[in-house]
Amino acid sequence: MNKKRGFGLLAKQKAAGWAFLTPASLLIFAMSFYPMVRAFITSLQTGPAAKLKWAEPIFKNYTRMVNDKVFLTAMGNTFLYLAIQVPIMLILAILLAQLLNNKDLKFRGLYRTLIFLPCATSLVSYSLIFKTLFAREGLINSILMGLGIIQENVNWLGTSTTAKAVIIIALLWRWTGYNMVFFLAGLQNIEYSVYEAASIDGANGWKTFWHVTVPLLRPVIVMTGIMSINGTLQLFDESVNLTSGGPANATITMSHYIYNNALGQGVANFGYASALSFIVFILVGILAFINLKVGDTRD
Amino acid sequence: MSRKPAVSHIQRKLIPSYIFLTIVAFLSVFPLYWMFTAATNTSVEVARGKIWFGTNLVENYKNLIATDNLWQAMGNSFFYAVVQTLAALLVCSLAGYGFELYHDKGKDKLFAILLLAMMVPQVATLIPLFTMVSQLKLLNTVWAFIIPGISTPFLIMMFRQNSRNFPIDTLEASRIDGLSEIGIFFRMYFPMMKSTYAAAAVITFMGAWNSYMWPRTVMKGNSVKTMPILVANMSNGYTVDYGMLMLGVLFASLPTILIFFILQKQFAEGITGSVK
Repeated sequence: MNKKRGFGLLAKQKAAGWAFLTPASLLIFAMSFYPMVRAFITSLQTGPAAKLKWAEPIFKNYTRMVNDKVFLTAMGNTFLYLAIQVPIMLILAILLAQLLNNKDLKFRGLYRTLIFLPCATSLVSYSLIFKTLFAREGLINSILMGLGIIQENVNWLGTSTTAKAVIIIALLWRWTGYNMVFFLAGLQNIEYSVYEAASIDGANGWKTFWHVTVPLLRPVIVMTGIMSINGTLQLFDESVNLTSGGPANATITMSHYIYNNALGQGVANFGYASALSFIVFILVGILAFINLKVGDTRD
Repeated sequence: MSRKPAVSHIQRKLIPSYIFLTIVAFLSVFPLYWMFTAATNTSVEVARGKIWFGTNLVENYKNLIATDNLWQAMGNSFFYAVVQTLAALLVCSLAGYGFELYHDKGKDKLFAILLLAMMVPQVATLIPLFTMVSQLKLLNTVWAFIIPGISTPFLIMMFRQNSRNFPIDTLEASRIDGLSEIGIFFRMYFPMMKSTYAAAAVITFMGAWNSYMWPRTVMKGNSVKTMPILVANMSNGYTVDYGMLMLGVLFASLPTILIFFILQKQFAEGITGSVK
């Protein structure tokens, strides 16, 4: 009798556990996994949104992108941002965290707050701030003219190289402090005695940093790396609002181009846009996997 | 006597750090400072590169409310972000609690599967979700805004990790006291996890307030516009009034900047929250 009641209670508890996590789990299945399946099916279809039909041949949307110059440009742009901005940002973030982790440094809290502050602005807001700063008639040109560095206004956002540079600068501004916070948290977990031991062994600042701090920070580096790769591959707000993808698609990102294909002006091409978005999905997966593998190799 | 020179020696060695950090801090703050000044200047003054406060604030504000329904957009952004935050906190904290305190093999496996959703790019689910929302006739409603963001792996993970601080003894003791399972969650767990809820609320609110791609897709109506969409539209004209634009950007940023200064600890905890 007693045993039976105990069993009933246990079953009840078990049921409660499942009940707690069911709403969240169902929502993730409905809002992430199911749409991914739908997106894959749509990527095999062509035609207007209202009456999609199977593509012939079935992978037509995928073979089409090989010759899509704008998509290849968008992919190139995205990888350029990835290759230049992410390493600079992460190195800068580690360096700043390392400097701020010094107990003798005064105003640490103030520095931390100010460097972290850009995170408080939305992606649209900071895009528009940078767009205005780097406008042909804007503050940056005024300063450079005043200093005599340039003789006439530079068309920052109208030239392909400088427009890319402005995007990279803007990204660095917005995200370096964000990543610094992760490294600061990571550094605070490292015991002070580790550093003492290193200094007794005669290691100088640089050696300590490279041989003690960086290996201990490796999990944080891997994580910030994955987040940055993921974020960069999905860049959208900046491309849309800072440069409108221009000049002549010189700064357009993959997400921006996919969005234009799906819901932009003109023809909505759900099939093709879905195929393109699947490429982003695969790239995110591959790069995250590589990052995990590389980050995991222990000495 | 002997300590003083040692201290100043340390400080002298830190001079390069101070210089570097001051430069970075200045560069971090300047664009935002400039946004504030630009909001008080005329478009011409902004274009000429004026970096001090001006006298055109009232004029910019008049132009702004004449151009667009600023306060409606502020109200919309606020309402959607609050609803999204409340819904997400309830659903994700329940799940995090369930995954941690009732964990078994099956639930751990399910959790690992849910984490895969972190890899799903937003743009990939955009078309199916848009189709889904329009078929359910939810376009331009608060439901369309919040539904994809109610349950996120990030928040579930954050609550799950922090649930480790909730002692299993409390759970057992509450059961003996006759509290129901859901009663334990609301009466014991919730009060004890206030700081986690605060951190989760800050990042969810900020994320919802700032979101752009999804609202741009499903909140097309004029009366459901949010602040990011309002300011993004303002910058698209051929002649942009920079003073007015920066005032709009200021309105769009002010709530999140205020939250940042008041709740910085929770914000930092929130973004690093699931990493422990």
